[in-house]
Amino acid sequence: MSGILKSSIARKVVMALSGLFLVLFLLQHFLINFTSVFSATTFNEVSHFMGSNFFVQFLLQPILILGVIIHFVLGFVLEYNNRKARVKKYVRFNGSANSTWMSRNMIWTGLVVLAFLVLHFYDFWFPEIIHKYIQVHPEDPTRYYGETVAKFTDPVRTLLYVISFIFLSLHLLHGFSSSFQSVGWHEKFYKGMRGATVAFSILIPLGFIFIAVYHYFNQV
Amino acid sequence: MNLTLKIWRQKDANAKGGIVTYQLGGVEPDMSFLEMLDVLNQDLIDKGEEPVVFDHDCREGICGTCSLQINGEPHGPDRLITTCQLHMRMFKDGDTIVIEPFRAKAFPVIKDLIVDRSSFERIQQAGGYVSVNTSGNTQDANAILVPKDKADTAFDAATCIGCGACVAACKNASAMLFTSAKVSQLALLPQGEVEADRRVLAMVEQMDKEGFGNCTNTGACEIECPKGISLENIARMNREYLRASTK
Repeated sequence: MSGILKSSIARKVVMALSGLFLVLFLLQHFLINFTSVFSATTFNEVSHFMGSNFFVQFLLQPILILGVIIHFVLGFVLEYNNRKARVKKYVRFNGSANSTWMSRNMIWTGLVVLAFLVLHFYDFWFPEIIHKYIQVHPEDPTRYYGETVAKFTDPVRTLLYVISFIFLSLHLLHGFSSSFQSVGWHEKFYKGMRGATVAFSILIPLGFIFIAVYHYFNQV
Repeated sequence: MNLTLKIWRQKDANAKGGIVTYQLGGVEPDMSFLEMLDVLNQDLIDKGEEPVVFDHDCREGICGTCSLQINGEPHGPDRLITTCQLHMRMFKDGDTIVIEPFRAKAFPVIKDLIVDRSSFERIQQAGGYVSVNTSGNTQDANAILVPKDKADTAFDAATCIGCGACVAACKNASAMLFTSAKVSQLALLPQGEVEADRRVLAMVEQMDKEGFGNCTNTGACEIECPKGISLENIARMNREYLRASTK
């Protein structure tokens, strides 16, 4: 048991489990955001609950941040080790003959998602933390909808969000189904899940794109 | 057929090496790829130059000795074959063919196109065996019944010839397909159960020690494997490893 975390398989399992955890988070984030399209009141209520509930703020949120950090740090470690495993590169390497672009470029799509997270934290998370815990404003359960949609009056920001969600989709198209292989699922279950993971990987980012574009055009 | 061959030449393990271009005429479509290299080497010998060094043995797709990265793919553009089974009819007159050794830190180049694949042997030696009593009281193998589906899956895994195409094809130079095939062929059979935990832990540890990369499930290994070894073996090894590690 002591040496398990040093092994390549154990690191891949941790990578897969943290990825699956982030997929679950992505789904709940999408469901909450989607309420903003049809009901400002519902969005405010759910956002206020998430932003003020002790369990969410001080237990789930730190676990989520830990999950994000583990996934990205381990991603960089694995990439570094993988590059070391082939010091001398091929003059010609025909990767497209035997694997998908998404599977070969997880580090790049992941880096775009990481850059997006920086922008997303700058837009929402840091202002929220400052508002609640540093400036300690009185609670206003109606502020969330207005603060959120205001960000999407800027066409450049909206475009950056759209591009980021496309890269998120590319990342998920390989990562989601691949994580089941990493944790050792039987092929029959893994292949059965393939269609569902592809649908999720396309539909959820597409939904996020729809929300961003909807709020942009709603305010033009 | 007239071909332009761009071949990796490297004097020895410590030399820098580089691509050398050769023009070769008179290649027949029915020649195997290795026969084409034989023709090139005869030309080079006739000119007083050193022939290209490459690995080969049975030339029947059985031994796993031949290697070669051909136009960016191990064993060339065809599927479910080794380089010795690749025929020149897969190429066109006037083609340029890039021929390189399999590349991985764990497969150092010895000379030209030959690499040292003894890292595979060390993985196998770490645990890829079953202990059998040979004192004269050896049990009849047929006395232990094996379900047909298990026997077939174990046999499929056992068809791995250890050529290293999986490592060569993988963008991470991972040896997970090879190692998992060797783990699976024994883990699936009752004869392999006794040492199952020790086996998977030792073989994975040795695989990591050799400097192979991490599997990122691209599936390139399965596509390029001349014996069609399935990715399911990797999932099975992951299960075996997790089970053994947490005991």
